[in-house]
Amino acid sequence: MSNSAEASIDHGHHEEYTSTGIPHKKLCMWAFLASDCMFFGTLISTHLVYRRTSPESLDVTQFFDIPLTSFSTFVLLASSLLMALAVSSMHKANLKMTRWTLFGVIFCGLIFLGCQVYEFTHFVRAYGLTLNSHIFGSTFYVLTGTHGVHVSLGVMWLIAWLIYSFTGKMGPEHAIDIEVAGLYWHFVDIVWVIIFPVVYLVEYIL
Amino acid sequence: MESETTSVDFIGTESENSHVLAPTKKKGWIFSRPNANTTGIVDWLTTIDHKKIGLMYGMVALGCLILGGIEALFIRLQLASPMNTFITAREYNQLFTMHGTTMIFLAVMPLSAAFFNFIMPLQIGARDVAFPRVNTLSLWCFIAGAIILNASWLFPGGAPAIGWFGYAPITLKESYGDMGMSTDFWVMGLQVLGLASLLASFNFITTIINMRCPGMTMMRMPVFTWMTLITAFLLILAFPAITIALLELMFDRQFGTLFFNNAAGGKAIFWQHLFWIFGHPEVYILILPAMGIVSEVLPTFTRKPLFGYGLIVFSGAVIGFLGFAVWSHHMFTTGLGVVATSAFSILTMLIAIPTGVKIFNWIGTLWGGSIRYTTPMLFAVGFISMFMIGGFTGIMHSTVSVDAQHQDSYFVIAHFHYVLIGGSLFALLSGFYYWIPKMSGVLLNEKFGKFCFIIIFTGFNLTFFPMHYLGMEGMPRRTHTYHEEMGLDDPNRLATIGAFILGFGILFSVIQFFYTVINRKKLPPCGNDPWDARTLEWSIPSPVPVYNFARTPIIKARDQHWEDKYGHEELKMDYEPDDGHGVHMPDRSWWPLWCGLGILILGFGLITRKMTFHLPGGSTWEPNFEIFSVGVFITLISIVFWAIEGPGGYHLHPEDDIDESKN
Repeated sequence: MSNSAEASIDHGHHEEYTSTGIPHKKLCMWAFLASDCMFFGTLISTHLVYRRTSPESLDVTQFFDIPLTSFSTFVLLASSLLMALAVSSMHKANLKMTRWTLFGVIFCGLIFLGCQVYEFTHFVRAYGLTLNSHIFGSTFYVLTGTHGVHVSLGVMWLIAWLIYSFTGKMGPEHAIDIEVAGLYWHFVDIVWVIIFPVVYLVEYIL
Repeated sequence: MESETTSVDFIGTESENSHVLAPTKKKGWIFSRPNANTTGIVDWLTTIDHKKIGLMYGMVALGCLILGGIEALFIRLQLASPMNTFITAREYNQLFTMHGTTMIFLAVMPLSAAFFNFIMPLQIGARDVAFPRVNTLSLWCFIAGAIILNASWLFPGGAPAIGWFGYAPITLKESYGDMGMSTDFWVMGLQVLGLASLLASFNFITTIINMRCPGMTMMRMPVFTWMTLITAFLLILAFPAITIALLELMFDRQFGTLFFNNAAGGKAIFWQHLFWIFGHPEVYILILPAMGIVSEVLPTFTRKPLFGYGLIVFSGAVIGFLGFAVWSHHMFTTGLGVVATSAFSILTMLIAIPTGVKIFNWIGTLWGGSIRYTTPMLFAVGFISMFMIGGFTGIMHSTVSVDAQHQDSYFVIAHFHYVLIGGSLFALLSGFYYWIPKMSGVLLNEKFGKFCFIIIFTGFNLTFFPMHYLGMEGMPRRTHTYHEEMGLDDPNRLATIGAFILGFGILFSVIQFFYTVINRKKLPPCGNDPWDARTLEWSIPSPVPVYNFARTPIIKARDQHWEDKYGHEELKMDYEPDDGHGVHMPDRSWWPLWCGLGILILGFGLITRKMTFHLPGGSTWEPNFEIFSVGVFITLISIVFWAIEGPGGYHLHPEDDIDESKN
């Protein structure tokens, strides 16, 4: 019933043991993304199911601005490239490069959000499309709005890491954190790659 | 087995102060992190120990089980005689809505979660779950959801009266007349409960896949752990559907969107699809943990390995997979068309195959075993027989033409109560009788336990067997009374008498659990392994020490503890060598509680947005987004502090109790 001998103080964290070799945070993020697929799947199906159900027809092509949306899509995709670079430079322990690329991701994310805010205001002001004016408004705003919330959370998450990188505490053990944030960011981009054709482009074809 | 925990090394503290003994650490309250030797109420509020979280899940859920039972008894009292005026039609609607919602989301699911939390990490030889603080947040979200849902009784409009399925358009603002905010409470309550389930499931998936001790391959895991994993996957894939459906409904009610507004092109039937895409996997979320418990209890009390382990695991996975492909069998009478209806009918019948495989494997386990009819064993055998009756009526429902006759009748009530009480609840009670010795260190009284089983079994069958006849006679569900001329008096009276017997039986059991746990110090200790059981959790002391395993076990066989006792020498368990670090323990934290509190406040804020409060002095106040914003602020701030605080941790040096645990 005696305590074992005093152990030496353990300041750092040793590499945590996992059965699969995949870090906990990464595995958990994959599980979350699986779940998030179902969230967006439900929202996108809602939008598609309700595309032609309204008694009042609405030609949404008159107010969609495809060049603008293509631009914001491109910016979001570019941010994915920068995010990949941020993860890579973090693994190489290049903190300066990580900061610059993270800043780039945040900047691109904010441009995307800005385009979305402009688009929403424009639709409401110029065309009177609101949440309750037409069912297209309900499904469009809730779907793209949920995606916008995901981008905003991602931006806030990355800003937190950018601030943290200036505290001097950021070390190689945080590479996994940036990688997990990257997984999330790429996923949110992929969702937009689906939303863009399924919500915007399809209106010109079908 | 008391271990001294005075030598604590705090990781991350800068100076030599890290050798300060824990009790002398500065006294703090809300904003300072509780230290390792915290006791009393602060310990329970800030704990991140999976065992304490499991116990709290269990206690709250047992309370909700009693609450839901009382609601059921009100329903049965009303139906005891024809044209009864004991409660009004409106109150009847509220009671069956709250009974259903409470029993599913606040009783059976969290009771399963209690076992997931307490038992699963012990079965895979883990220190804790992968994210202990997230686990605590899951508990507080569950409690916040329970509070929101039940607080509806106190507000204008009372409890929701829309059924546990909340079909549109009853839930829409235009059609609900004087129902006030009741539906908003239901929507918000389910959202918060969904968050709790999702957080817990991400955690359990990571834990089971990643934190198995060396040698614990997937096919050596106990079946209960396997079912935990499958249930967690069902939860993360099924809950998004209802979360989005509830979000759309919330937007319809709060911001006037048109998702379920038929006049503007919304479709009421779309709600049904979304609800049952969640709702059918939910059925398996309720039953798979029960199947896991039974698969642990049967081998123990037959002294045989589980018959067809691989098939049982595989069948569980197949049930989980097929569970996503059968949702429309809840909607056979809505006119989906011949092709869709036939396809869903066939898929539904297919589920009988893996379920039947499991039943035969359990019978195979019983066959030729040296059976001991202890209380957990009685409940487990009761589970097999009662679940089979529910399963047979389920196969009847899968036939579309038969289902059209059964739809919305008491036959359906009989079916799913046989599956949920005779199935899930019997297995959960079996789990309590089986594992409370591990949780408390004392055995439950066998004689009283068997007495409870007989009362519950009798009461259950008296209540629900007559409902098969009532349904066939055409008694409709969700109708608050019936005419004398319908000839439904006698079975209804029998069902009411049975319901009270069942209610008292469950009450006796719950009282026995609490009595035994509270008086555990006065009762004789049961030792590590009172049942001569087979899995890893029985190799450590009861009650389980805070650090679980003094040293990480190395597993060499499926029923490792059985091999340790009776197996070959080369299959006996090893332990990882002591590296001198001791056991790494994560620190307690206040932030999950604060985060849960923020979620509770933001939930209430959104519900009472349009409510007018009469302040003293005659003025009125409509909160709009004010309370909501406070809740969001508290939630975000606690997340920030949570992140800054970090996992922390200290090292425990338990005395080497490996030798004792081997006996």
